[in-house]
Amino acid sequence: MSKKSFRQAINEALRQEMLRDPRVVLIGEDIAGGQGGTSGVVDAWGGVLGVTKGLYTEFGPDRVFDTPISEASYIGAAVGAAATGLRPVAELMFVDFVGCCLDQIMNQAAKFRYMFGGKARTPLVIRAMYGAGFNAAAQHSQALYPLFTHIPGLKVVIPSSPYEAKGLLIEAIRDDDPVIFLENKVMYDDEEEVPDEPYAIPFGEANLTREGDDVTIVAFGRMVNFANEAADRLEKDGISCTVVDPRTTSPLDSATILECVEDTGRLVIVDESSPRCNMATDVAALVAEDAFDALKAPIRRVGPPHTPVPFATVLEKLYLPDAARIESAVRSVMAYKKTKQEA
Amino acid sequence: MTDLITPITMPKFGLAMTEGKIAGWNIPSGTHVDAGQEIADIETTKITNGYESPASGTLRRQIATEGETLPVGALLGVLAEPAVSDADIDAFIARFQADFSSGGAATTQTDQAEPTLVSLGELTLRVQDAGQGTGTPIVFIHGFGGDLSNWMLNQNTLSTGRRTVAFDLPGHGGSSKNVGDGKPATFAATAAALLDKLDISRAHVVAHSLGGAIALELAKTFPQKVASLSLIAPAGLGQGINMDFIEGFISADRRKTLEPVLDYLVHDKTLISRKMIEDIIRFKRLDGAVKGLQTIAQSCFPNGRQADDLRPVLASFAGPAQVIWGADDEILSPDDAKGLPETIKVLILPAAGHMPQLEKAADVNAALTKFID
Repeated sequence: MSKKSFRQAINEALRQEMLRDPRVVLIGEDIAGGQGGTSGVVDAWGGVLGVTKGLYTEFGPDRVFDTPISEASYIGAAVGAAATGLRPVAELMFVDFVGCCLDQIMNQAAKFRYMFGGKARTPLVIRAMYGAGFNAAAQHSQALYPLFTHIPGLKVVIPSSPYEAKGLLIEAIRDDDPVIFLENKVMYDDEEEVPDEPYAIPFGEANLTREGDDVTIVAFGRMVNFANEAADRLEKDGISCTVVDPRTTSPLDSATILECVEDTGRLVIVDESSPRCNMATDVAALVAEDAFDALKAPIRRVGPPHTPVPFATVLEKLYLPDAARIESAVRSVMAYKKTKQEA
Repeated sequence: MTDLITPITMPKFGLAMTEGKIAGWNIPSGTHVDAGQEIADIETTKITNGYESPASGTLRRQIATEGETLPVGALLGVLAEPAVSDADIDAFIARFQADFSSGGAATTQTDQAEPTLVSLGELTLRVQDAGQGTGTPIVFIHGFGGDLSNWMLNQNTLSTGRRTVAFDLPGHGGSSKNVGDGKPATFAATAAALLDKLDISRAHVVAHSLGGAIALELAKTFPQKVASLSLIAPAGLGQGINMDFIEGFISADRRKTLEPVLDYLVHDKTLISRKMIEDIIRFKRLDGAVKGLQTIAQSCFPNGRQADDLRPVLASFAGPAQVIWGADDEILSPDDAKGLPETIKVLILPAAGHMPQLEKAADVNAALTKFID
């Protein structure tokens, strides 16, 4: 056990699964980098932010495919490889590029098991970076997990820490269905204790990172860290929060979310994806339908405005939810209870 | 006058502890305390434990307030004789706080070595090696589902003047997950090989639960290696075993299902912390961990009974032996300590469950120190 970054945790998961199972292969743009150039360095990049560095050198060109810039072709190739027995991990680089290969994901990979009467398996993982806060502008900063969550037949994973990333990626690789694995690009240098040994965290089981009595905060990916920060500050003022990290948006652990809301009676949802038809609306609908009687205050959503992600640093900061906004949302649902009781 | 003033500082219970909370002071300011008297309860992310006064004297100041969380090594209070003036105490506190804030905390965190990995043929074992001196070494053997952190409140205390070794059994903690046939005799052979590897020819063996059965197998096969036996709630002395615990520990994979299972371990259920539950869940997620536990359970507790009767081994053991048990053990019954030869000391601790070395650490440490010295 030692401290590892989010980047190292993902690299280690890939490496250990490649060692364990020869069917696991990597495919993507620049995941080795430098191939075909004149530098002689075959593993120059290791992915655009260095996540796969070292794997080309260790496993060679039969296991790590550095592809031309054509998402349609290499994602299609990965889907086909999965359908015919390999267990590919494709890297889409920025999730914003999914527009170039959505048919391969939405109409092919996601449908095979269903349309072939359960006889086809598609053990495919597509890794991609998501999220604002990196000054990468509107075409490289989106949080498109609601798009994938919307499509039956896909599993969608959003790890919130290095420990979570390693265990969830190993689970994703061992899963027999197509899995979209989304990495927040701002988190690659986050560090925490991560076991050296392989381990898998099951899908559809939410993790409670804080447990409290007053308010349930459901948060996704990087927002879990902000929610924890807000919960710790609020704790000092006597407001105790449960923080729910669903880990996967599909499948979604609705049972745990509902139980937590039953216990606290108040719900704040933190979602950095665009606010229309996102995970916050989905969770709000779930709770409104199945835990309405438990609610002591209206459900509050914390998210960005419905605009493209701005490039300007000050605007991007304004765009993203942070701990202060979560804290103020929690205080507002707590205050709501007071006015009702006094009335 | 400063040599007459004793600082009371935040203790370090086990490797992972970096800070602790004052759950409560047991005595008010101005009271006389004896060395070893429990003066406060310290809560960590893992466990709440009584804090024994390092010296005798009058508790002149309580610096830390109840509910306050402070780093390891931080000043909690000050002990001194009544003759020491308030001015001297104020000066002492000011100097301590100045030193502490300029890096004192960092040094106290490194005074305990990290566990190391020791290769033993195909196995890798995680080993916590502590202490040095001329005393006969002590080896600690944990039980089913445990790891070396089960000795977090004992190992340091017993490391004065001697080497002590705690390790994770195969299938547990940070050791290889290959448990072989999962039988106590196999683990005993591994423990013997570890002692050889560490150049320890003979050791006092302190063992808990299933570790007790392993210690007895060790005494049976390698009697020359065992200087004495201290068995805490040991397996091997009876047939009964709480299979709800064993089966629940293997099958539960979520906090909600695991917590009631872990409640069986202790008399005071509030000791089972979030962190303890999370650590066990994380251990069980490791590749091979659950399979290893299943193999051990099938070998040691087939059909819901203990497979190995090791009472004859204990009865015929030539060296000193003692048995320590929590009166409220819900996993292995303290009745199993009845009917042993009179030469074997039996200590039944009231208000303690299956893990008295954590729950009644001071009592267990006192019994071990007295017995081993």
